[in-house]
Amino acid sequence: MTTVREGARTLRRPVRGLLAGVLMVVFLAPFYLMLRNALMDTQTLTSPEWTWWPSTMHWENFTDLFDDPTLDMGRSLANSLLIAAITAPVSTLLASAAGFALARIPVPGRGVILGLVLATLMIPGAATFVPTFVVVGSLGGVNTLWGIIVPGLFNPFAVLLFRNFYLQFPREIEEAGRLDGLGWLGLYRRIALPSSGAMLASLGALAFIDSWNAFLWPLVIGQDPSSWTAQIALSSFLTAQTINLPGLFAGAVVTITPLVVMFLVAQRHIVEGIAHSGLKG
Amino acid sequence: MNATTHTAPRSERAGRPADTPRGPARARRRRFDWRTWGAFALLTAPMLIGLGVFKYIAIGWSFLLSLSDAQGTIALGDWVGLDNYRQLLGDAVFRNSLSKILLFTLFIVPITFAASLGLALLVNRIRRGRAVLRTAFLIPAAVSYVAASLVWKMSLFSGMPAGIANMLGGWFGMEAVPWLQAGDPPLYWIALVTLRLWLQVGFYMVLFLAGLQAIPKEVYEAAALDGATGLRLLRRITLPMLRNTSVAVLMLMFIAAFQAFDEFYNLFGGGMSGSGTAPVKTPLMYLHDTAMGAQNYGLGSAGSFVLTALIVGVTLIQGRITGFGKSEE
Repeated sequence: MTTVREGARTLRRPVRGLLAGVLMVVFLAPFYLMLRNALMDTQTLTSPEWTWWPSTMHWENFTDLFDDPTLDMGRSLANSLLIAAITAPVSTLLASAAGFALARIPVPGRGVILGLVLATLMIPGAATFVPTFVVVGSLGGVNTLWGIIVPGLFNPFAVLLFRNFYLQFPREIEEAGRLDGLGWLGLYRRIALPSSGAMLASLGALAFIDSWNAFLWPLVIGQDPSSWTAQIALSSFLTAQTINLPGLFAGAVVTITPLVVMFLVAQRHIVEGIAHSGLKG
Repeated sequence: MNATTHTAPRSERAGRPADTPRGPARARRRRFDWRTWGAFALLTAPMLIGLGVFKYIAIGWSFLLSLSDAQGTIALGDWVGLDNYRQLLGDAVFRNSLSKILLFTLFIVPITFAASLGLALLVNRIRRGRAVLRTAFLIPAAVSYVAASLVWKMSLFSGMPAGIANMLGGWFGMEAVPWLQAGDPPLYWIALVTLRLWLQVGFYMVLFLAGLQAIPKEVYEAAALDGATGLRLLRRITLPMLRNTSVAVLMLMFIAAFQAFDEFYNLFGGGMSGSGTAPVKTPLMYLHDTAMGAQNYGLGSAGSFVLTALIVGVTLIQGRITGFGKSEE
C-alpha cells in the first residue's frame, strides 16, 4: 500500500516540475515579446516569418522615443515619477498617523470617527470618478499634478490596517515611553512610527505601484499633454493614427521597467503588503 | 562629557513617576484634556479632511447633481427629480454595458479564482526554486493595463499574420483572424480574459499562499495518519481552511471586474476622443463618455450611483451569504 503511494508521489514530482516550468515560460513570454519587439525594425516585426531575436539590435528605438516631437515621453515619465514618489510616502504616513490615533488615543467620540472612516471603504474608487471629478474640478485641479495626486492620498483601508497593527502594540512600550516624558505625539513619532517600518514599506510599495499604473483618474483629470502620466502617454501613442510599432514596444518597456526592478528588489515587502490587504474585514 | 549630560536628566525623568503620583494627570484626563484632544486632532485631521472633501462632500454634491440638469456645468439648481435615472436606465447603451460587464465578470472571476488557487497549491508544493516560480507568476502584477493591452493588441492578438495567436494558429493550418475586430464570433473575449488573468493571477496567488501557510502542519499530519491523501486532503482540509481567504479574494475580484475600464479602453479605444467604435463598452466607459465626453455631469453622477449601488449591494449579499466577518469566531 505504502509503496504504491510512494511510487505515485515520486512520479508526480517531475510532472509538477514540468508543469511549473511550462507555466513559467507562458507567464514570462509577454515580457520577452515586449523586449524583442522593442529592439526590432518595423519590417522584421511585421513579417510573417518568425524571428526569435533581432539579428541587429535597434537601440535607437529607445532614443527615438524621447526625440518624438508629438509625444513628450520624458515629461510624462517625470510626471509619473513625481506623482508616485509623493503619493506613496504621504498616503502611507497619513494612514499611519490616523491609524495610531484611532487605535491608541482615548477620546470620546472616537468610535464614531472610526465609523466614518471605515464607511468610506464601501465606496468603490473607480466607479465614483464622477463625484471626485466634480470636487477636484471645482477646486481648479483639472490639468494639474496636484489634481492627480491629492484625491489618492486618503486610503481608509490603510488606516484600518495601521489601526489593527497599533492595537497589537504592547502597552508596556507605551508606558515606558510615557515614563520618559513623551506625550501622545512623542509616542507616535519616537516609538510607534519607528517600529512600523515593515508596514510602511509594504503599504508604501503597493501605493507606489498603484499610483504608477493608475489610468482612469489621470485620464479624467489630466487632459492636457503637460499633465500626462506615462500611462496616458503610452495609451495615446497606442491609439494614435500613425503607428510606429517598435517605438510602441520600446515605450512599454520604458514604462514597466521601474516597477519590474522594484518587484525584483522589494519583493518581500510587496508580498507582505498583498498578504496584509487580503486580511480585509 | 556630552553623553553624561545627556543621560543625567533622562534617568531623573524616569525616576519621577515613582515619587510624584499620577493622580492629577488622570483627573485632568477625565475633564477636558486639551493635550490628548490636540494630539488626536493633529494626527487624524489630514485624513479626516481628505476623506470629508473627496468622499463625503464629493458623494453628496454628486448626488444632488444626479437630481439636476447639469450639462456642461457642475452648478446645482436646475432640479429635474429622477429624470437622469430614468434616462440612464432607459438608455440601451447603458443597459447593454451592464449585461456585458456581468458576462465578463461571470467569466473572469471563476477562471482567475481557479487559476490563482491552482498556482498557489503548485508553488506551495514545490521545494526547489519556489522563490523563482513565485516571482515569475507575480511579476506581471507590475505591468500596467495599458502596457499589457499594447502587447495583447499589437503582438499576441494582432489581426496580422505576424500576430502570435495567428502564427501559432497558422502552424496548425488555421487562417489568420482579426481577434479584436471580429464581432462574430466574439473572439475578443479571449483577449480580454487572458489579459486580466495574466495581470492579476499572481496577486491573488500571493493571497492564497498566505492562507495556505497559515494552515497548521499538525492538521495535515493528523489527516495523513487517518489515511487521507491527495484530492481528499485538498477537499476536506485545504479548501475549508482557505474559506476566509477565498471569500475575500472573490469579493476583491468581483469589485475589480465590475469596474473594468483600462484594458477595454486601450484594446478597443479610438484615441483620446473616446471609445466610439468599441464592440464592448463597460459601464465605466459609458460614464467616461457621458461625463467627460458629453460633459453631462447629471447623467454621469446618476450612473456613478447606480453602479456603486450595484457593487455595494452584491458585496453585501455576498458577505451575508458567506457570513464574512463573523467567521473568525
